[in-house]
Amino acid sequence: MNIIVCVKSVPITIGAELMVDGSKKRVVLDGTPFDINEWDEYALEEAVRLKERLGGNVTVVTVSSRNVDDVILKCLAKGADRAIKIVDESIQEYDAYAVTRILHAVIKNMNYDLILCGAQAGDDGYALIGVMLASLLEIPYATMARKLELINGYVRVTRELEEGFEEVVEVKLPALLTIQTGINEPRYASIMSIRRAKQKDIISLDLKSLGIIESDFENRIEIQEFFIPEKKKECIMLHGDVDEIVTKVVEVLMQRGARGF
Amino acid sequence: MKEILILAEHRMGKLRDITFEVLTKGRELARKNNARLTAVIIGHDIKHLAEELAYYADEVLIFEDQRVREFHSEYYQQILSSIILDRKPEIILIPHTSCGIELAPSLAIKLNIPVITDVLDASFENGQLIVIREYFGGKLRARVILRGSSHYIATIRAGISKSEKSEVKGRITEMRGLNLADTPYKRVIELTKPPPEATDLTSADVIVAVGRGIGDAKNLPLIEELSRAIGGVIACSRPIIDMRLLPKERLVGLSGKVVKPKLYIAIGISGQFYHVYGMMNSELIVAINKDPNAPIFNVADYGIARDIFEVLPRLINKIREIKGE
Repeated sequence: MNIIVCVKSVPITIGAELMVDGSKKRVVLDGTPFDINEWDEYALEEAVRLKERLGGNVTVVTVSSRNVDDVILKCLAKGADRAIKIVDESIQEYDAYAVTRILHAVIKNMNYDLILCGAQAGDDGYALIGVMLASLLEIPYATMARKLELINGYVRVTRELEEGFEEVVEVKLPALLTIQTGINEPRYASIMSIRRAKQKDIISLDLKSLGIIESDFENRIEIQEFFIPEKKKECIMLHGDVDEIVTKVVEVLMQRGARGF
Repeated sequence: MKEILILAEHRMGKLRDITFEVLTKGRELARKNNARLTAVIIGHDIKHLAEELAYYADEVLIFEDQRVREFHSEYYQQILSSIILDRKPEIILIPHTSCGIELAPSLAIKLNIPVITDVLDASFENGQLIVIREYFGGKLRARVILRGSSHYIATIRAGISKSEKSEVKGRITEMRGLNLADTPYKRVIELTKPPPEATDLTSADVIVAVGRGIGDAKNLPLIEELSRAIGGVIACSRPIIDMRLLPKERLVGLSGKVVKPKLYIAIGISGQFYHVYGMMNSELIVAINKDPNAPIFNVADYGIARDIFEVLPRLINKIREIKGE
């Protein structure tokens, strides 16, 4: 079973105060740590588990406008066999179509049984690339996979819907699936495995060698400005000494329906 | 005349709430652009749903076939492609749901139409679709322009607009003469309902909800103690389910429950929309999260930007003290 996993390196913005530059079109991310997109981490784990059970190999493909070496190393340490990276400052990561075109150019001539993508990326939340890629490759697909099972040339996928509903579908291989978080419990990369990962193949491709020129991107999507959302309602922030905070919280709880006092 | 097309989503014989919300966005766009609003409904035994939809749209297109008894992205794509090529609507609005995001990107590729997802608001100016959407888990928003096409697809986020019924009933048109190509490469096997539950979150007055900030299982007893002390029921956000710390019946949010308790205490929850959707209508929200910029503070009434492990033990002690324990 040969599996391709599309992986994105995303800024980890938990705890960060995000700033927008003077043009309002760019978010200042210098100094923000980057890591593998959470959904992609589950996709990679699923791919590695399938490979460990059925043989074959796992190739990670990543497209980025900035350095992704740490994320690639992590993927290789977690069990991917090789990685392909396309890094170019000119890549407009906010344009899902542009990124999909590049992934398509890389993957269309590869041999694979399954392509796994995260259901979405934590930074833009588009949930577009997996299905767009499947459509360009003209292969069957299913999204939001919470469970998958291989049966006679098909993959049976349990898709997560809203409000606790699920749907079971079967798609014929080769297929593309987008993976929802919680499908498995991703392993940690040990120091030993990171050391071993440094011996694995990392292939770097450039846009030109893929036959992609800038005019291929139609720039039909543009961020006009980023802004900080207005609060829906005024939140009263409790500051100061923890004991004072706790006293205030208890007061609020007692006023507003907490039982047992 | 311009046309705004929306896709109606339904499940178990009922239109989903999001359908009415998308209709509202569609109506807004139609009004501002002097366009007509058309709703498409696809399924089997759905005439009553088309009747209901007719009060919200100028025209309802209904397509019935055994093969689309349940949502099927491939068939839906064939049907919608045919409608879009025939009617050439300027804007196509699709619910941002598990079904919508399985359909919209493929429709965009097949028809070579720009697409944008999870949209909060949209306007159509000078042939460009301008939308507002979130980035970085809700920490920022952006105004995004889609251009260079005569048609645009947008998926609309749930829970952002109310539905408005019209006085006048629109026309219902049955679609005929459309031959669906079979899709042996994709089969829908079944739709499964959520299993019966041990805890009814939706009727709880007090909910103590825990998120990623709890770290791991060894800290859960703190939440249990607090919940017990104030007579609450324990709920959680997505990462807690993914880490298998609590069963899925405890999940609040888009893929879980929508709750409206008198009091909702959010502990170590960052406040991404797929959680907030399920709890934003609680009467009183108290949030504890050490990140002062966490989006949870945009919906909370009281916020404590401190380490939960610093606050919780003392909060529990204080409550016990008052109760004389």
